[in-house]
Amino acid sequence: MFEILRKSLATGVVTTRYPATPAEVSSQARGKPEIDFANWKDARAAAAICPTGAIACSDADGVRTASLDLGHCIFCGLCAETDNAIRMTSRCELAARSRGSLKSTAQYQLRSDGTHEKMLAGDAAKNTGFIRGASRPTGEESFAALGEKLKARVHRVLGRSLHIREVDAGSCNGCEIEIVGLNSPVYDVERFGIHFVASPRHADMLLVTGPVTRNMELALKKTYDAMPEPRLVVAVGACGCGGGIFGVNYATRGGVDQVIPVDVYIPGCPPNPHALLHGLLTAMGRLD
Amino acid sequence: MNLSPDVTRIVVELKERFGDRLDAVRADRPDEVYFDAKMDLVAGFCAHLYKHWDARLAGVFADDVRESEKVFHLYYLFALDAVHAFFILRVPVPAAEPEFTSLANAVPAVSWQEREIQDLFGVKLIGHPNPRRCALHDDWPNVHPLRKDFDLRTELPAFTGERHKLREVEGEGVFQVPVGPVHAGIIEPGHFRFSVAGEPVLHLQIRLFYTHKGTEKLFESLPVTHGVQLAESVSGDSGFAHATAFCHALERAAGVGVPARARVLRSVCLELERLYNHIGDLGAIATDVAFAVANMHAMRLKERVLRVNEQLTGNRLLRGMACPGGVRFDWDASQIKALENLIAGLGPEFDSLVELIENSSSTRDRLEGTGILTPEIASDLGVVGIAGRASGFNHDLRRDFPHAAYDRVKVQVPVYQVGDVEHRMQVRIDEVREALALIRQFIADLPAGPLRVDFGDLPAGRTALGYVEGWRGEIFHWIRTAPGGRLARCKVKDPSLQNWPALSHAILGNIIPDFPVVNKSFNLSYSGTDR
Repeated sequence: MFEILRKSLATGVVTTRYPATPAEVSSQARGKPEIDFANWKDARAAAAICPTGAIACSDADGVRTASLDLGHCIFCGLCAETDNAIRMTSRCELAARSRGSLKSTAQYQLRSDGTHEKMLAGDAAKNTGFIRGASRPTGEESFAALGEKLKARVHRVLGRSLHIREVDAGSCNGCEIEIVGLNSPVYDVERFGIHFVASPRHADMLLVTGPVTRNMELALKKTYDAMPEPRLVVAVGACGCGGGIFGVNYATRGGVDQVIPVDVYIPGCPPNPHALLHGLLTAMGRLD
Repeated sequence: MNLSPDVTRIVVELKERFGDRLDAVRADRPDEVYFDAKMDLVAGFCAHLYKHWDARLAGVFADDVRESEKVFHLYYLFALDAVHAFFILRVPVPAAEPEFTSLANAVPAVSWQEREIQDLFGVKLIGHPNPRRCALHDDWPNVHPLRKDFDLRTELPAFTGERHKLREVEGEGVFQVPVGPVHAGIIEPGHFRFSVAGEPVLHLQIRLFYTHKGTEKLFESLPVTHGVQLAESVSGDSGFAHATAFCHALERAAGVGVPARARVLRSVCLELERLYNHIGDLGAIATDVAFAVANMHAMRLKERVLRVNEQLTGNRLLRGMACPGGVRFDWDASQIKALENLIAGLGPEFDSLVELIENSSSTRDRLEGTGILTPEIASDLGVVGIAGRASGFNHDLRRDFPHAAYDRVKVQVPVYQVGDVEHRMQVRIDEVREALALIRQFIADLPAGPLRVDFGDLPAGRTALGYVEGWRGEIFHWIRTAPGGRLARCKVKDPSLQNWPALSHAILGNIIPDFPVVNKSFNLSYSGTDR
């Protein structure tokens, strides 16, 4: 016993102060891809190299529509190797409350040689952060502030804590590795009053990974139905958000929201513990 | 093809022994020899290889070539570890009323794999002790997804509930405990049905394939460059090992060699994957016997490895690093320094963690003699990897079939005979120390040169076996190439598929409260099994 205490004291506190301090990711980390939509000349190569169709490109009536969907992105970085208009950033805090807001679209005038020019329209321009040097959206509170308000909200809405039931609806177990990491002393999710619980009957939130396989669809629905109201659902990872590399096939449904309503989407393949924490905080803000 | 004298001797002996009954013998690579024969030779060929050449049946799989050859092909993959060669027996199955004879009574190790072939290819299994549905659950319509005339995007009716009849155990005071598919912890889905009398477990039936995602079918529709990303998602905790095994198969099919520097970086990444998983498992085993402090230290150390993984490859789980012909990212001096610091710091920290666990008598009391898998049962079930080596399985592809850069080092393989939780943990402890030593050796002698070789167009109509010793055990990717840089077939074998049935034996006579720790000591992948 003495040895256990001595080792703990010698180790000291290893817990990150996130979100009060920035996410501790290395400069090499592949986070959100940024596309220079305004100066993008040709979307075809990036769309062809993208394994999940996160970058898409279609032509009609002399107009090219090109889009980036972070919900499908597995952050492999192949697009950035192919196309100079794209670069990988290390930004990992990407959670969103609607599926649509993960997608940016731009339209271009198509040229006869197959490239395009002159951005005609699209939400890519206003969706800041997708364009180099742009600042964060105005009106959205900083996540440090969100973290500050968190304890009060959790206390008010859900009693003393938020209880989470995790369901693997067919993931590759990569997301599980990072979710388990939330309970490590480094991330220590319990400092926010967040607990992982064994039963959906005890849970306020369902944290779901995987593209939802045919064999897990019923189990997922039953788990959701077993939860008391009010309840939240968070879809985790490229598979949970949109089916990931598996997409829709004979054995998969292509994402959590194909089966139960989703409140927050956390992109990533897998999302790291900072990204997960950011997503959980986002979801809890919704309870206002 | 230049075969080694040992391999040549065996091939000659087999030709003499089986004569005309072997339709063809073809050595594609020095360690990959194909034999063609009819179904009636399989049992005799297998028995002969087992008895005289110390072979083991490492896998059985099928391929649908009805369009070109009017048959299905069955492949029996034998590992001849002592002579460092794989012998692959190929057997045609007529397309009309297809059926094949089970080997499961003689070699229980292939039981699940044979049932999977029956489900996914619709080739009827004859003489199997339990020929029921396995890969496709009982409510699935009569479809066979790996047949070429089945479309990947076929829409099937929704799942309506489990209809599998579980085995009844009867007797006074006997009752059943159902667990899963949604579990209490943060783990993958599967169903366990315990039959117990009081606390001791009389019988455990395991139902898996809840995470079946059509992965092998999907490989056939993706260009091979995207296949690498799919291979990373076969089992997330072994993403680099699977992707590397897949690339290995592509490289062998194309007949290209990987540059020395890339081979060393691959080996380092494989050892990093081993490190973070083994350290995590040590903590998880401690958790399951209520020693939370040890788990907290283990998770702290695991996090260090994950952060260095991110510095080296851009991803904490090493995703994106693997590519056909080499690796994608080189490491500069600062990255190698980070790796050196990790290895230097981890050694003493890990020793201290092990000491913490070993000095806790209440923890050791829970681990010793718990969940014993005897070497006899392990051998019958063909158990591989960590669980195998704790039960007398003296094999490791890193030593017996040196891939990546393992020919540059001497890999020490820990082998024990006891087969309990403690020894499955001990194998991990030994392997962590070995991994640290191997990484030190690799980076001390890091060759210069290119990172990858471009092999142009993948030739069509080739077959090749790629293999890697992942942290959990041996991983195989067998491919048949198609025109246009695509694959006609990709068979993926994770060691979990091989090892799951052993859990049902290891738990017998143990009490239910010990199941979590026994299960964790195997730590098998559901996704890798179900695909």
